[in-house]
Amino acid sequence: MTEQETTVAARSRTGREERPRADQTRLPRRKAALRARWRKIRGPLSLYLAVAAGSVCGGVLRASTSAVVQQIGDAGFPLGTLFVNVVGSFIIGFYATLTGPDGRSFVSVRQRQFVMTGICGGFTTFSVFSLETFRLVQADRLLAAGANVGISVLAWLAAVWLGHAIASRINRIGGN
Amino acid sequence: MIWVALGSALGGTARYFVSGVVGRHIGETFPWGTLTVNVTGAFTIGLFAGLASAHSLFSSGAPLQFMVVGFLGSYTTVSSFSLQTLALARDGEFPRAIGNVAASLALCLTAVALGYAIGSAVLGSVVS
Repeated sequence: MTEQETTVAARSRTGREERPRADQTRLPRRKAALRARWRKIRGPLSLYLAVAAGSVCGGVLRASTSAVVQQIGDAGFPLGTLFVNVVGSFIIGFYATLTGPDGRSFVSVRQRQFVMTGICGGFTTFSVFSLETFRLVQADRLLAAGANVGISVLAWLAAVWLGHAIASRINRIGGN
Repeated sequence: MIWVALGSALGGTARYFVSGVVGRHIGETFPWGTLTVNVTGAFTIGLFAGLASAHSLFSSGAPLQFMVVGFLGSYTTVSSFSLQTLALARDGEFPRAIGNVAASLALCLTAVALGYAIGSAVLGSVVS
């Protein structure tokens, strides 16, 4: 029982101040309801904020990285998108295994969402890959379009597997 | 870059929301959530590219940075797709893993072409 509630109870026992008691209990009750509602949404809200913050980092990194890679490499092939998708797949494979149930390091759900759903999700992109493949088809470069699809899928899956394999190796090494 | 950041914040949150809702309603045995996000994102990026082909307003500057690079770029994801495909393969669910790859590729590429056709046709007819 809080201090306020004890005073109210004491007052009502004496039989005095009936009217103020009603007002005094209603306000804390509303406050308590608000607090309960806040407790209910606080968890999901913090996850959404973690995802949003991670996505901003991932998205901005993707835009700058793919632009730089695209300038370095051959401009006729969407190398920038391929690069970010492969790197993102590697990182998520590595991180998911390292922090998973059998993982070596323990992190909070929020941090996992921040890194995996936020950063990795924002860093990689399926829509831009699809659009670039479509553009190659439109330009009648069917061979390049097919190569983009084939190389991309194989490289993504190889990268996520490699990340997973390296992290499992680290997990097996003794230590904390 | 501010447009990319803003679009990414909304896109990533929307992806988390949509894939969560789809996953809870259909079940988690197959990555339906990620598939839904990627196919709808591919359709929308095609739509936007179609609009851009018909009107220069959409083909550069803030709308492109915000919507395509930021929002749609972050809304769709390859990393979750790869991770979930790997998880299916590691569980011995090879038909599902291959099905996920085939369905993702076929549906996303169809969606982007469909979106493009609709986008260029609709805005093309409005403008001209």
